Amino acid sequence: MFATLQDKLDSVFKKLRGQGVMTEDNIKEALREVRLALLEADVNFKVVKDFVEKVRSRSVGTEVLQSLAPGQQVIKIVHDELVLLMGGGEDNSLDLAAKPPVSIMMVGLQGAGKTTSCGKLARYLKSQRRKPLMVPADVYRPAAIEQLKTLGRQLSIEVFDSSSDQKPVDICANAIRYATLNGFDTVILDTAGRHQIDDYLMDELDAIKRAVEPREILFVADAMTGQEAVNVASGFNDRLDITGVILTKLDGDAKGGAALSIKAVTGKPVKFVGLGEKLDALDVFHADRLVSRILGMGDVLTLIEKA
Amino acid sequence: SKTHETIIGRVDTLLLGKKQIDADTLDELEEILITSDIGVKTTVDLIRTLEQRLKRNELQDGEAVKRALKEEILQRLLAQHSRLDVSGKNPFVILVIGVNGVGKTTTIGKLAAKYRAEGKKVLLAAGDTFRAAAAEQLELWANRVGAEIVRHKEGADPSAVVFDACKAALARSSDVLIIDTAGRMHTKVNLMEEMKKIRRVLTREIPEAPHETLLVLDAATGQNALSQAQLFKEAAQVSGVVLTKLDGSAKGGIVVAVSHEYTLPIRFIGVGETVEDLREFDPAQFVDALFE
Ligand SMILES: Nc1nc2c(ncn2[C@@H]2O[C@H](COP(=O)(O)OP(=O)(O)OP(=O)(O)O)[C@@H](O)[C@H]2O)c(=O)[nH]1
Ligand SMILES: Nc1nc2c(ncn2[C@@H]2O[C@H](COP(=O)(O)OP(=O)(O)OP(=O)(O)O)[C@@H](O)[C@H]2O)c(=O)[nH]1
Ligand SMILES: [Mg+2]
Ligand SMILES: [Mg+2]
Repeated sequence: MFATLQDKLDSVFKKLRGQGVMTEDNIKEALREVRLALLEADVNFKVVKDFVEKVRSRSVGTEVLQSLAPGQQVIKIVHDELVLLMGGGEDNSLDLAAKPPVSIMMVGLQGAGKTTSCGKLARYLKSQRRKPLMVPADVYRPAAIEQLKTLGRQLSIEVFDSSSDQKPVDICANAIRYATLNGFDTVILDTAGRHQIDDYLMDELDAIKRAVEPREILFVADAMTGQEAVNVASGFNDRLDITGVILTKLDGDAKGGAALSIKAVTGKPVKFVGLGEKLDALDVFHADRLVSRILGMGDVLTLIEKA
Repeated sequence: SKTHETIIGRVDTLLLGKKQIDADTLDELEEILITSDIGVKTTVDLIRTLEQRLKRNELQDGEAVKRALKEEILQRLLAQHSRLDVSGKNPFVILVIGVNGVGKTTTIGKLAAKYRAEGKKVLLAAGDTFRAAAAEQLELWANRVGAEIVRHKEGADPSAVVFDACKAALARSSDVLIIDTAGRMHTKVNLMEEMKKIRRVLTREIPEAPHETLLVLDAATGQNALSQAQLFKEAAQVSGVVLTKLDGSAKGGIVVAVSHEYTLPIRFIGVGETVEDLREFDPAQFVDALFE
């Protein structure tokens, strides 16, 4: 639909050949293209604004490298800054360093991929020689408990017995006791989807958090989310102080710019990405890969690395 | 919340104290619209129209710009708007499609409730044989609203379910047959082929079916909804859109672009998780909410 950022920047910089140094003036148009590209990738507008400002100050005065076209040079700066913003190099591993059973709580909007991610995470932990118990604490969505039980059967991983007439906080508390008595070292809590503006349901999550004291509270977010990502993520983070993010549905063609917005407003690392419906479609998060995806230019970067 | 700003709030801030509306202002407006998920192309289009009206001296102040913007968006929605009429076919067949987790099954439950309340005989087809407990979910909805259901075992061929459902709908003289399908990424060729096969079976068993193909979109979705609309329309002749989850903080601005660029009417909106939470789409109300 749109020319790539690379194309646009190349044409911008064609006019600047031989100017030697990037200036406030000659970089203006390039930064506009960068801004639009990020907006098209669903990065939140405030995040984009702050970011473009940062790139401006890093670029102005920079010498135009002879080996690189200026367009590529700006992209390299953009790329590097985005990776930083996205938490590249930070520790984003799952933190399970606590007395077992350690619990992980999944939270997020309706349909984001929490239940599926429970299954994926359980499978991943099992492969790391842990003994996970999955806990269905969604008593609202029709057949939510059956959904997790089905995943448990597929994975040969136990699912705590619960029913939809119980209170979610009771289910979770009972599950922890059960895990302690039966030698499970990790407990994964599946909660019902909810809007961050739904006080009643947000209180429920808070109650579960206080009862269970999970080591990890993972905010599950759909990679296709638009500008609302900041409101949703800050809503969940303000109430629950999340510990990390799982970005799902990256197997489509969404750019996933929402991840940048989420990181920017919560400061919490993305820990995993979901790459399909199947239970093995989980990967640990790589900031540089997501950034290349947002900029739509994996190939260009490998060229720049060599320059 | 603190990061939340409405479009109109931003327009107000932007126009505060400005006596003249100039090109810079329009530039800013452009960004505001884009970031409200309205979509790049529609935004450019809207701005161009505002520019012309500016040249004709129609927009004297901030109020006029606001009014014009609302009018222009509403016009685009109204141009595509039409209600879904399920009468006159026996059965009227509705195929429901979309990416994962947008609210297809829930919307079907709500639609079934609506048509049941109108005294119609409704049959649901559990065409999602892939996702864990998808058929159970639909069955619970069917029981809840008094609809009939055709389902097979998990892992069965969805086309076979659809075939049986057609036969059953004809035999039992159902008024409405609604087909649930598995969520699928619009970019996955094999899954899109599977959906085409479902359509072929439908058309073979009931001439002219499906009479309506509903694409379900989640209000929180950003620019990707355009790609979804494009590819689903190409593969499945989408005839209407349902916008779900409007009860949250998301305004669903992207459907302005979806409706306009892909000439699709928005039929219904979802405003919650229970049977009552389905509404006919009302363009004027939607635009008001967008600018709230
Ligand atoms: N393509 C794709 N689909 C996914 C991914 N993760 C989850 N899904 C699908 O998204 C849909 C919703 O997933 P669920 O796990 O039920 O989501 P949830 O957050 O538990 O939903 P609620 O409990 O209703 O709030 C299902 O169809 C899943 O198969 C992913 O990474 N890629
Ligand atoms: N708040 C709210 N939640 C909704 C709405 N529509 C659907 N949901 C919720 O969104 C989640 C996903 O809904 P489903 O109907 O299972 O979505 P689906 O498209 O059938 O999902 P897959 O079959 O897995 O692709 C569930 O938790 C629903 O209760 C709505 O209008 N508002
Ligand atoms: Mg769930
Ligand atoms: Mg479904």
